[in-house]
Amino acid sequence: MAEDVWILGVSMTKFGKHPDEDNFDLAAQAAFGALTDAGIGMKDVGVLAAGCLTGGNSAFGQQLQKQIGQTGIPVYNVANACATGATALRVAIMAVKAGETDYGMAVGVEKLSGAGLLGATARKKQGDTWAAEGRFGAIAPLDGRIGTESMPGVFAQIGLEYGSKYGGVDFELFARIAEKNHAHSTLNPLAAYTKRLTLDQIMNDVMIAYPNTRPMCSANCDGAAAAIVVSDSKLKTLSLEQQRRAVKISASVLTSDPWQEACQVLPDVNTLTRQAAGQAYEAAGVGPEDLDLVELHDCFATAELVHYDNLELCEPGGAVDFFNSGATWRDGKTPVNVSGGLESKGHPIAATGIANVWEICQHLRDEAGARQIEGARVGLAHVIGLGSACGVHVLKKAYLRCSA
Amino acid sequence: MADTIPLVDYLVLDGDPHLIAHECENCSARFFDRRTACASCSGTSFRTVGIPREGTVRTFTIVSLAAPGVPVPFVAAVVDCGGTSVRGNLVNVDPDPDHVTLGMKVRLTVVPMGADATGVAAVGYGFEPA
Repeated sequence: MAEDVWILGVSMTKFGKHPDEDNFDLAAQAAFGALTDAGIGMKDVGVLAAGCLTGGNSAFGQQLQKQIGQTGIPVYNVANACATGATALRVAIMAVKAGETDYGMAVGVEKLSGAGLLGATARKKQGDTWAAEGRFGAIAPLDGRIGTESMPGVFAQIGLEYGSKYGGVDFELFARIAEKNHAHSTLNPLAAYTKRLTLDQIMNDVMIAYPNTRPMCSANCDGAAAAIVVSDSKLKTLSLEQQRRAVKISASVLTSDPWQEACQVLPDVNTLTRQAAGQAYEAAGVGPEDLDLVELHDCFATAELVHYDNLELCEPGGAVDFFNSGATWRDGKTPVNVSGGLESKGHPIAATGIANVWEICQHLRDEAGARQIEGARVGLAHVIGLGSACGVHVLKKAYLRCSA
Repeated sequence: MADTIPLVDYLVLDGDPHLIAHECENCSARFFDRRTACASCSGTSFRTVGIPREGTVRTFTIVSLAAPGVPVPFVAAVVDCGGTSVRGNLVNVDPDPDHVTLGMKVRLTVVPMGADATGVAAVGYGFEPA
């Protein structure tokens, strides 16, 4: 059995608009933040995994090294859609588990302010004659002619599909999920949006793809996050303060979607999440009832609902009743997205899968300030990258190390 | 029908317009696009099968904001046609949640797309209330 791996340092920048900083400025800020938090230097780090999906640089990690320290270590440039950050973290964890190094660094960054609609591309001017191309033999772009390729539309269908199976969903239900997350972010100074929105404001905002209005969509913004992981044996040699603040990575799981009948027509974000959650609970030796808080991939309000079920936070088919019970508000049974989630904290893609781990760590360390979930001991961070990739990390408070 | 061309090669315009799929000869998984091998079982032999023209709406969205050049609003949906999931727009129906509902019965219909410089007319498909 490979040894345990811990989060030693973790950091995120303020999410929002950073017009005067580029991807390297933001990533460096997060990387140095994580090093300072860990109490180590760049020369201690033995592996770097870095992600930046929209930066247009296939050697992003090496370019980042030029801003934080070129030490000759192996660099893994990671791309895995919206699961890029979680994948980078997992690469660093695997390197430590494999015994290649005692310290690994994972960094994710994106500049997305003003990016607009993701997933859709402008329709090109039609040629003079019809010509079939591609694997569908299509003579024209299919977006808008055969369904939608825009992310708000894809995830709207994923939410309504849940209603088709189990009933009980409507526009207002999804709007109330967004209302919760926009309320939660008022306590998070690093969130892109910190203004509470009323249900009326959310439902009467610009409709993007029914039932998702604009505040029910993830917020495109700039931001970076970074983490330092350490081996169990090295951690034991560090200061008591470092050991006290370290957070145990009880499970680090990555899945892709197994074939399902409909997954070729509408992405199936459910099956791979259920499988990742199952593997994570098994590895961590905890169940969903043990979770003190969850940060899950609410790229749209319609997505949050299905993941209550996929992560087994409720009975199968019971996500609507679970939400209506108040369970996922910060004072509920299983607080979900107390950071504000992607809808309000923001979603700088490659940073997201590390930023949600940062959020969990803040609570497990009792350092979350005004939004602290009292007595938090175990948390789960989840991301989905469409295509698909699912990352789940289960994290435990340090003092549990003897019992766990 | 030499003067028409389907939007996609899985739309058959001869006679009664209908959709076809590549069905894996080993596990019966169905695909609308060309496949190197089956995503379910890795089999490499496929047969062509017809898809029922009638189905029920399993999920939908009403797209109000789309990429430049894509007319809105439109209704994107997944239709269950006798056990095969099909992606398509809902047409000949008001694009609002009062008229589009989960579980509604629909049937395949063709959607004219206009002719090119040589006079060849393109034809797409959608689903309309049955």
